[in-house]
Amino acid sequence: MTQEATLQEYEFDAVVIGAGGAGMRAALQLTEAGHKVAMISKVFPTRSHTVAAQGGINAALGNVTEDKWQWHMYDTIKGSDYLGDQDAIEFMCREANQIVRELEHFGVPFSRLENGKIYQRAFGGQSQNYGEKQAKRTCAAADRTGHAILHSLYQQNLRAGTEMFVEHFALDLIIDDDETVCGVLIQNLHDSALKAVWAKHVLLATGGAGQIFRTNSNASINTGDGLGMVQRAGIPLQDMEFWQFHPTGVAGKGMLISEATRGEGGILRNADGEAFMVRYAPKVKELASRDVVARAIAVEVEEGRGCGPQKDHVLLDLTHLPHDVIENRLPGIRDISRTFLGIDPIEAPIPIFPTCHYMMGGIPTNLNGQVVKPDIPYPENRSGQSVDTQIPVPGLYAIGECACVSVHGANRLGGNSLLDIIVFGRKAAQEIGKQLQNNPEIATRPFQHNLNALLQRYQRWLQTSPSESAHDSVFAIAADMQKIMESGCGVFRDHQHMQQTVEQLRQLEQRFAQVQIQDDSAVFNFERCSALELENLLAVAKATACSALAREESRGAHTRVDFSERDDENWLKHSLFYPQNESILFKPVNRQPTQHAPFEPQKRVY
Amino acid sequence: MQILIDRYNPQSDSAPYTQTYHLNDAEVGEDTMLLELLQQLRIQDPTLGFRSSCQEGVCGSDGMNVNGNNCLSCITLVKPLGDKIHIRPLPSFPIIKDLIVDMQLFYDQYKNVEPFLKGDEHLSRDPEHEILQTPEEREKLDGSYECILCACCSSSCPSFWWNPDLFPGPAALLAANRFVIDSRDITTIDRLESLDKAEKAFRCRHIQNCTAACPKGLNPSRAIQGLKHAIVKNRS
Repeated sequence: MTQEATLQEYEFDAVVIGAGGAGMRAALQLTEAGHKVAMISKVFPTRSHTVAAQGGINAALGNVTEDKWQWHMYDTIKGSDYLGDQDAIEFMCREANQIVRELEHFGVPFSRLENGKIYQRAFGGQSQNYGEKQAKRTCAAADRTGHAILHSLYQQNLRAGTEMFVEHFALDLIIDDDETVCGVLIQNLHDSALKAVWAKHVLLATGGAGQIFRTNSNASINTGDGLGMVQRAGIPLQDMEFWQFHPTGVAGKGMLISEATRGEGGILRNADGEAFMVRYAPKVKELASRDVVARAIAVEVEEGRGCGPQKDHVLLDLTHLPHDVIENRLPGIRDISRTFLGIDPIEAPIPIFPTCHYMMGGIPTNLNGQVVKPDIPYPENRSGQSVDTQIPVPGLYAIGECACVSVHGANRLGGNSLLDIIVFGRKAAQEIGKQLQNNPEIATRPFQHNLNALLQRYQRWLQTSPSESAHDSVFAIAADMQKIMESGCGVFRDHQHMQQTVEQLRQLEQRFAQVQIQDDSAVFNFERCSALELENLLAVAKATACSALAREESRGAHTRVDFSERDDENWLKHSLFYPQNESILFKPVNRQPTQHAPFEPQKRVY
Repeated sequence: MQILIDRYNPQSDSAPYTQTYHLNDAEVGEDTMLLELLQQLRIQDPTLGFRSSCQEGVCGSDGMNVNGNNCLSCITLVKPLGDKIHIRPLPSFPIIKDLIVDMQLFYDQYKNVEPFLKGDEHLSRDPEHEILQTPEEREKLDGSYECILCACCSSSCPSFWWNPDLFPGPAALLAANRFVIDSRDITTIDRLESLDKAEKAFRCRHIQNCTAACPKGLNPSRAIQGLKHAIVKNRS
């Protein structure tokens, strides 16, 4: 029996791929509007990685310090090292207050102030009055804000009755001969059954891909599946050179210690016990933006002032904080520190080192969450050129970490990712709702489409090789990729190492083309799932290394040892990576907000 | 070191069996977690089935029974488990494959307690104001909202073993109580009445396996005690 014959088919108005905060907010909106919607997730929804977000979500509620969305907008643009699109940032910051109150109404158990309003804490890069005093803008549910939001959104989706395909893996986008995205090919992990889900609107909310690096704060499911799917569909990836290394990962392990620790007063110390941040950010010290703090820590270690026998980390000191601050505001951090290090932060400082945390780049979209690409047929002939006109890819949307709208530019501020996913989750769903209203008939299977080609592509994973003849494995290739990316595209980068990384990745692609799996089970075949994920990770890694090699300047999280300055004249532009011939095009940064004067690039000092 | 894992592949096995793996002691450090060990074994044997995701104890994917106790593999240290570790799937659930169980009944019980805030209609639609809650009212939710739905509690509960289709189990009752005690929820009486049945809140006998098993240090047994008090008080 062929795969085609056993294919199950479904039809929906809209299909949401991913059940993190972005996907669940979008699915909720669409279901409540009465549309026929399916949410697809490779894990049970509350296992999605939004659950691990700790510190909070930014909104200029002004509950603790006076605040305005305009100040939030300024901070976000400055934090992005002026690469963020100002229209998108303005939109996000203006929506923030209502978005947070809406979450509160959904049941999120935010921590509270004496007057009963939502508690807000200080986070890095936040200011009042365009850079003057520290603001307290991050709305928090202790240090479990992501968990609180994700569970509340799941609960609301239960109430609304959202249809879910749980533990189903999305393989590829189905595209018709008009280049309209018309569905997605998915696989039930329980029994390997393939399903074609036809839909007029396909929304990608597949999250990040931090698994391209060895030391990361991401879940093992963060494998860039949406990014791999769009690359295979001929759509470029934007700004892939920009990866955030979170300053405070557990040393040697990578799990996250929230920025809330510094927001509540934590201090970073080197081997001499010196609070060194004053030398890097004299004004705001520990509360500089993440790229600045991560570089400072890496320099301290590089210059021999690291702690421990290997001198390979610094210390995050919370011992001077009142005990009740740690117990009530940072209980999750205390748990992580005790569990993974055997250290109670009330008694001793936490060993930390930067860890790969967040992908600023992703699938290019406009403000409505529609995926966009340059209006040209053959990108490889135009390599290196700037393209102004961007056209929507019909039927396709992307939101959250997998998307690049771009609100984070070259460096994301803490507390802005939870905001991003909810703001654009709702916005994209509203856009899809509008289009469904204008054009209400259900999608039908188009006459011409690429489904057969997609099924062909999948066939290779039905062949298995017995273990004794296997000389390579998907696990070995994945481990090598993580090491290669860490050594070539980490906090500090230069031409020579990145060139080497690109070449090593090409070799890995060749190994991947040959590798076979051993497990032939149809029930929860993790090896096959890992192989499909690895294909996506390799696409993301390649896009990252090539984009980073091309950008000859230092901006935000992209730090070139050989080009140490920001170069606005040549590089104030977004990159677009096409895997065909590894070509890169560029597009201009939006500097036309509608409610506020534009912000001109300035030297970034904290 | 000996690792015994209960295996079952529905395509080839008529019943679960125990497979023994051997690992060099040197590969296990003082800080090695059980999940890392399982990942090593999967590299040796790619057919080994277990769920995992966040690897830091917040997603709740990797509940399993280890030497008789339910736990999350990612936050369970290997060393204190001794030289012989026996890993089984979470008890009472149908086994899908190896350590992967079918948790549908558990999720259904959660859904049945309507675990979502039902606030005042007017206040809930006001985008300009949050529904106020004092720090003291909010503090009551501590110990309830942190549940990660890993099912370590319910799958260690004898009452749930007997009636997983009727008895909500500790996780669902913890969630039910979380909304009963939320000052913003206006359906407290409805919630209490729906749980006032022999097979609902009162099927709990406070054996406290749930509290012993919870990897997040929560106390479902105490929450259910509170729930019962509120139900009885509501009757009069």
